[in-house]
Amino acid sequence: MTAVHSQQVSLRGAAFWKAENKGLAEPHGSKALGESAERSSKHNRQIAMAIPYWEEWREAAHQIKRYAIFHLDDLLVQFEKNLTARGCIVLWAKDAEEANQHLLNIVKKHNVKTVVKSKSMVSEEMEVNHVLASVGVKALETDLGEYLVQLAGQRPTHIVTPALHLSASDVGRLFAEKLGEPFTSEHEKLTDIARRHLREEYLRADMGISGCNFGLADTGAICIVENEGNAGLSISAPPVHVALIGIEKVIPSIDYLPQFLNLLARSGTGQKLTTYTHIIHGATPGRTFYVILIDNGRTNVLKDPAARTALFCIRCGACLNACPVYRRVGGWAYGWVYPGPIGSILTPHLVGFDQAGKLPFASSLCGACGEVCPVKIDIPHQLVHLRHRAVNTKSPVRSPLERLIWNAWSWAMGGPLRYRLTMGFVRIGVRLAKFLPFHPAQLGAWTRGRDLPLVPPTTFRSWWRRYGKRFQQPSG
Amino acid sequence: MVRIGENGLPQWDYPTYDRGEKVALFIPCYIDQFYPQIAEATAEILHRLGIPLVFPEEQTCCGQPAFNSGYWEEARRVIRHFAKVFRPYRYIVCPSGSCSAMCRVFFGQADPDPATTEVGSRVFELTEFLVNILGVTDLGARFPHKVTMHSGCHGRRELGIFDQPISLLKNVKDLVYCELPNIEECCGFGGTFSVKMPGTSIAMGETKAANILRSGADVVTSVDISCLMHVGGIMRRKPEMRHIRVMHIAEILNTRG
Repeated sequence: MTAVHSQQVSLRGAAFWKAENKGLAEPHGSKALGESAERSSKHNRQIAMAIPYWEEWREAAHQIKRYAIFHLDDLLVQFEKNLTARGCIVLWAKDAEEANQHLLNIVKKHNVKTVVKSKSMVSEEMEVNHVLASVGVKALETDLGEYLVQLAGQRPTHIVTPALHLSASDVGRLFAEKLGEPFTSEHEKLTDIARRHLREEYLRADMGISGCNFGLADTGAICIVENEGNAGLSISAPPVHVALIGIEKVIPSIDYLPQFLNLLARSGTGQKLTTYTHIIHGATPGRTFYVILIDNGRTNVLKDPAARTALFCIRCGACLNACPVYRRVGGWAYGWVYPGPIGSILTPHLVGFDQAGKLPFASSLCGACGEVCPVKIDIPHQLVHLRHRAVNTKSPVRSPLERLIWNAWSWAMGGPLRYRLTMGFVRIGVRLAKFLPFHPAQLGAWTRGRDLPLVPPTTFRSWWRRYGKRFQQPSG
Repeated sequence: MVRIGENGLPQWDYPTYDRGEKVALFIPCYIDQFYPQIAEATAEILHRLGIPLVFPEEQTCCGQPAFNSGYWEEARRVIRHFAKVFRPYRYIVCPSGSCSAMCRVFFGQADPDPATTEVGSRVFELTEFLVNILGVTDLGARFPHKVTMHSGCHGRRELGIFDQPISLLKNVKDLVYCELPNIEECCGFGGTFSVKMPGTSIAMGETKAANILRSGADVVTSVDISCLMHVGGIMRRKPEMRHIRVMHIAEILNTRG
């Protein structure tokens, strides 16, 4: 199927997948991305820290999500029942391919020629635009960032702010080139240009596609938050609305929604609340409303008890902004829909370790992601867990040689004599390194930007042997 | 039990120390081999506080390099050796936040045996042992220099080590404490990350080094010398940063005036 195939192509082309690259290739992300992400992270952190009960909010959200994910089977059935009762047509899809098939059937049935699309990450998983284009349907992204990325023929670099890598002048040049507009780098003028080009499309479109931030099981409603008004127009102007929903999006009740709205806006964009919060209760008369519930690998996450909390993610992007690695390499390096720390723990489950097994290694394990996550996903611990899985399964990081090295290390650290012998060699190696004409492998990786430590004449244990006795009794 | 405190960092419950009880030193392998003066300073500080010390010579490593690389089976053998060596001691003190976090937080993830986890839970980083368990913040040290502190991520985010070293430094006579801009950001060392993604690791280290220079300090210290081995290695190659000395906090706290 086209969608899956092109996903594979994009994965292989990405820095963290390159087959010819033994380690992790390291692209330089755009400066604009790094700076914006850092600025957002600081700003959002201040907003969060200003709330005295921030930690309680996080814990409560975590517990609600825990309930939801651990009762997903019941909640999804209830969600479907209540959606259907409101006149919505509910379809299930086990993967992107099946979801696309549903979508193409809907397109055919309603004779759809043009589509307006508001922001949806699961639609990126499905590569909806690509699939629709293959049957001659034009899908237009209406979220400003997504619109820019689509216009530039790129992929999003961030899950909340897709065009984070583009500066205002980049956007000006893009509009000049693709839309024939006079160049400007003024934000207001740029927004005007985009609005002018987008506005007409809503009225012309035969179908609107949206994602969903929260599925409310008890009322059979879906909640979509946004800032630009484009989602509202995309779902209400055209005669057909299709909401693409990952199965993990369902929460038990509308009663819990404010909890998440509070956390999502603050963690995502540093707002108290997004400009628009839509709660859609079924189809309006004369219009057709479809919901496609999509698994696409999410049940793989459920199968791994140590990884389940990854499904709690509300796609706020806080972990991306906080991550020092993401800020430097940018979103494309992660190769698929979800970049940054959350991508590193979700993607291996969703596309398989055979392709995405390197991702959990793209981290210094600093833990900044876990600290900012509004639903308290233990991202840093999961990264290590997935590293363990990756080296023990078919993946680009499984290496018999590395296993042999760690086995030797494990043996060497198994007793004091072996330890001293090994460390003796290491000391000699570090001393001699400066006389080597070139530094191979890991040694070279270290010394290409750093000096090695100086080797002192003695070790602590030999010092202790000589002087340790006096420390064994308390002084005085 | 671990709670999240008002500073957003974990807060641990600590045991009380019974006077006269032996404390075992866990000296991480790289300190033993490359920075013995840090371990010596640690021993001197605790000795001066009247604490009888033991250094079990069979000790090797906490297992972190293999564990973080995904080789848990290989790490487990080393962790079990650690547990065997340190089982007799109620307090195990280590001059590294990262290695202490490995013992206290990650032993449980690496090894399902509760006996191993239990031994790991008795490991304390030096400054938290001093401040949280002994209740000491003034060691009578004198160090007439401008000092900034790098806060290692594992120690801070897993063990909540942040205020302890700062309060100890602020009580050092004649020491001028210089705030480090963006103190919460990772230095980019990350163990094997430093050689698996050297480009990004060095870029992060260079940012850290620039912030250290900006702090105006002539000494940079930390509870984690592994981070500073990396940042210091970068600074030694930059002429404008060569005057900045790298010291572990134990070396500063062990000075006398």
